[in-house]
Amino acid sequence: MDLSSLQALAANNDWTAIFPELLLGCLALVLLGLEIVLPRDLHRHLPVVALLGVLAILPSQIISFTVGFVEGESFNGLLYHSREGQLMRVFFLLSALLTGVLGTVSLAKQKVAHTEFYHILLVVTAAMMLLVQSNHFVMLFVALETVTIGLYVLVGYFRTSPYSLEAGLKYLILGALSSAILLFGIALLYGVAGNPALPGHTGAAMNFDALRNFLAHNPHHFLASVGIVLVLAGVAFKIAAFPFQIWVPDVYQGAPTPVTAFLAVASKGAGFLVLLILARTFAPCAWLLAPVLTLMAGATILFGSLAALTQHNVKRLMGLSGVTHAGFLLLGVVAAGTQAMAVGAIYFYLFAYLLASFAVFGVMAQVAGANDADQELSHYAGLAKDRPFLALVLAIGLGSLAGIPPLAGFMGKLFIFIAAFKAGLYGLLAVAVVGVVISIYYYFSWIRAAFFASGIPPEGDTPARPALPPVGFMAGLVLGLLAFATVLLGFYQGVLGQWLAPR
Amino acid sequence: MSQLPFDPLLLAIAAPLALAVAIALGLPKRWSVRLAYAGFAVPALMALHVWWHYSAQVPVSGYAFLTRYSTGLDGLGIGLKLGLNGISLPLFVLAGLVGLAAGLYAIQSGAERLKLYLMLLLVMQAGLMGVFASVDVFFFYFFHELALIPTFIMIGIWGGRDRNYAAMKVTLYLTLGAMLSLVGLIALYAKSGANSFDLITLREIIAARPLGQLAQNNIYALLLFGFGILVSLWPLHTWAPLGYGAAPSSAAMLHAGVLKKFGLYGLIQIALPLLPLGSAHWSHVLALLAGVGNVLVIGLVTMAQRDLKQVIGYSSVMHMGYAFLGVACYSVLGAGGVVLLMVAHGLSVALLFLLATSIHHRTHTFELTEMGGLAQKAPVLAAFFVAATFASIGLPGFANFWGELTIFVALWQFSHCLTVIAISGVVISAVYGLRAAARVFFGPPTDAFAQVAAAHPVTDLNWREKLPALILLAALLFVGFWPKSLTTPLNATLNAVYVAPAAAGK
Repeated sequence: MDLSSLQALAANNDWTAIFPELLLGCLALVLLGLEIVLPRDLHRHLPVVALLGVLAILPSQIISFTVGFVEGESFNGLLYHSREGQLMRVFFLLSALLTGVLGTVSLAKQKVAHTEFYHILLVVTAAMMLLVQSNHFVMLFVALETVTIGLYVLVGYFRTSPYSLEAGLKYLILGALSSAILLFGIALLYGVAGNPALPGHTGAAMNFDALRNFLAHNPHHFLASVGIVLVLAGVAFKIAAFPFQIWVPDVYQGAPTPVTAFLAVASKGAGFLVLLILARTFAPCAWLLAPVLTLMAGATILFGSLAALTQHNVKRLMGLSGVTHAGFLLLGVVAAGTQAMAVGAIYFYLFAYLLASFAVFGVMAQVAGANDADQELSHYAGLAKDRPFLALVLAIGLGSLAGIPPLAGFMGKLFIFIAAFKAGLYGLLAVAVVGVVISIYYYFSWIRAAFFASGIPPEGDTPARPALPPVGFMAGLVLGLLAFATVLLGFYQGVLGQWLAPR
Repeated sequence: MSQLPFDPLLLAIAAPLALAVAIALGLPKRWSVRLAYAGFAVPALMALHVWWHYSAQVPVSGYAFLTRYSTGLDGLGIGLKLGLNGISLPLFVLAGLVGLAAGLYAIQSGAERLKLYLMLLLVMQAGLMGVFASVDVFFFYFFHELALIPTFIMIGIWGGRDRNYAAMKVTLYLTLGAMLSLVGLIALYAKSGANSFDLITLREIIAARPLGQLAQNNIYALLLFGFGILVSLWPLHTWAPLGYGAAPSSAAMLHAGVLKKFGLYGLIQIALPLLPLGSAHWSHVLALLAGVGNVLVIGLVTMAQRDLKQVIGYSSVMHMGYAFLGVACYSVLGAGGVVLLMVAHGLSVALLFLLATSIHHRTHTFELTEMGGLAQKAPVLAAFFVAATFASIGLPGFANFWGELTIFVALWQFSHCLTVIAISGVVISAVYGLRAAARVFFGPPTDAFAQVAAAHPVTDLNWREKLPALILLAALLFVGFWPKSLTTPLNATLNAVYVAPAAAGK
């Protein structure tokens, strides 16, 4: 066995670059160990251990912002620690923390094992954190598969619910298909770039820098173009962009509510970071990249907003409206081709989306009954009278998603629109305005159900709302903080705002 | 004391907002109501303060009371910059006064869920003060939306008939208008090359390097139709009568009286000075839509209404037509007339909505055919209503007269034919205004009203209703008799922003 590479690794300090991920992995293992060691009646404390652990890792991430590897490579170029990547690590840790809090609410309503949920959640989070720092197709694919396989399990986590199992199966099959497409694209790119007959050929085409160099020499090579389109298609599945969004409503409905939230926020965020990294790598082929992404953005916005109009199930509604949000973010990605500020706008949008989405999903987890997949708009009738706090959080969350000032979501949309206008994407901007107006309609009808409608259903056959349990202290605190942060970020952008300014 | 130890403009925005937050955090009802008085009084007092001291201020780049606060977006050229010039001062005062009247009327109304109602009104009030105090175009838009959201909610919760439909329709129309104007503002931001939303910077940069004809045409179209929806430009006006018919009285007062002026204010303050070529290009379309559509068609439609609130709602759409005609003129005289008319119309329409609700408390209906003879039992109410109707028609002595007169004079230079149409509109508005007053107050009581009056004894206006009405009427008369208090600063600013760039161009 050749130990020299291990020795080299131990000789430098590369491993410290990924210590937040290592800590997460250790925490995940500790959870499983504790479940074996601890007596059964103490198991209910394990979620708290997981949450406290993530909370403790967050500051360590903030330390790695300032020291060490920022704007540098590690592991022989497998990872590149961009400043954006550091911000997104915080994003994923926050997502994991909030998903965990939702888990304490949602899992309590079901008879399922708890510890494994947190274990898988932590592993997936660590993989996402590596994914957004990858600088090499091997790293990208391994991290992406770790994420996806973990999510297969999480989506089908409610084993006794046919909806959950159906969702798990659909996600598995379509996910495998998209991974295959992605791999095929990578293989094509690698093969083409290694052809010695071409100028700028390289043996290390898995590395993004080398690949960009090759593409700069051969921007119009046919097989490379096919490879690029296939890789983009694979990523489009993860972010649920048109025409790869077809899995969204069923999977979002069937998956446990915390997992739906994690899919909607963290998985989408990871997808967009990967897309940004790849767009940078494929930048020499802008002639191909720009029209493909533009078409995708326009179609995604229109499809998402029109499809969401007819939904009555709130999980499906969140899924399809999430498709619209993916479209807005794609608009930012297209603009990022020419405007530096678009990248900052995408990060701001993602953070605003995280706050608002988790606020809405948090309320959904509270309102949901024993059947997690059955969450109808009519269940929200009269919520403002019975639970004014939940209704207020819901209104703030939905308002922010709809992009109503003075909430954070509006600022995100504004920045994306400014970037798009500067990039000259007038047609897409018109589509986006239409999308915003339509989205006001369906978000507002949800708010209307919660505030204006009475709790008594007009027809006798409408299912009555499941009984509302009291809001726990932790969940209440987290929901309050999310709503507060959404409002605050609308008025005062502070540190996140400075990220936006062109550097 | 001419110098306060704090920023009066920021206080006028922050005080209602802070009190709204305090009420939201669970203040007891007694205290909520008491603090709400302060929340509505502080902006009004600040508005009067800045009005009184405006002339003594030394303007910085055309603005008095100029201050700037950073919100972390300096890199993008966005910052909370507050200040007043001659165009925004009258509207700032209008917002303060109408806000106070609407607030007082809401407190005495004893509506269901009063705390939430007051909280939303306070948020709206903060937004209104912010709209007219902002020098930064971004915050101008931002505060407008802040004031708009409570309108939707208030229509949805406290609205009259068709409230769900009305709330949805108003939301969709106004969102579309707001989005179009937002794109227009972004276009100004990017196309001018200023990369700043600061209106002073925008003016300087565009004065040095005006935009081309095509860019001006397109941006002005976005702003005109975006703002136009918000101000109910024909044929995009259909949300207005429906929304005002359904909205609770104080919300209708604040929206029709003040918030709706946002679009016109945006055209006068931003679009016309920055995009003179664009405004010239679209002026004929605008004049035709406003003159024939808003004034003539809607005027005739108003005559056919049988519901008091619909009459007021449609008449407000009609009077906006005059304002649009003033915008179409593109002259100092026309723009000045629009600002005067905005103030006058804001005061008079708020007074009319207030009185309509007071009438409804006594007749339990808005149907004009089921009323009559109310003047015998409520003479003070009748006097107020007739005065408000006179103001709305534009009789001399009220502020509306000066606004309409100025616009007609400016319009004569633009188009003789349209001036004739516009003046015939005055006759139309006299017909429906006086007929409504006659139906409600004079003549013998109808059978329906006699039954209602027998079941619920009719009383005259009480003091708590009189006070807000008096505030509005006094302001109408004050401006009517002494328009100079507003026109002196207005004239100075208009000459600076309209004439100076034109002279520099030649």
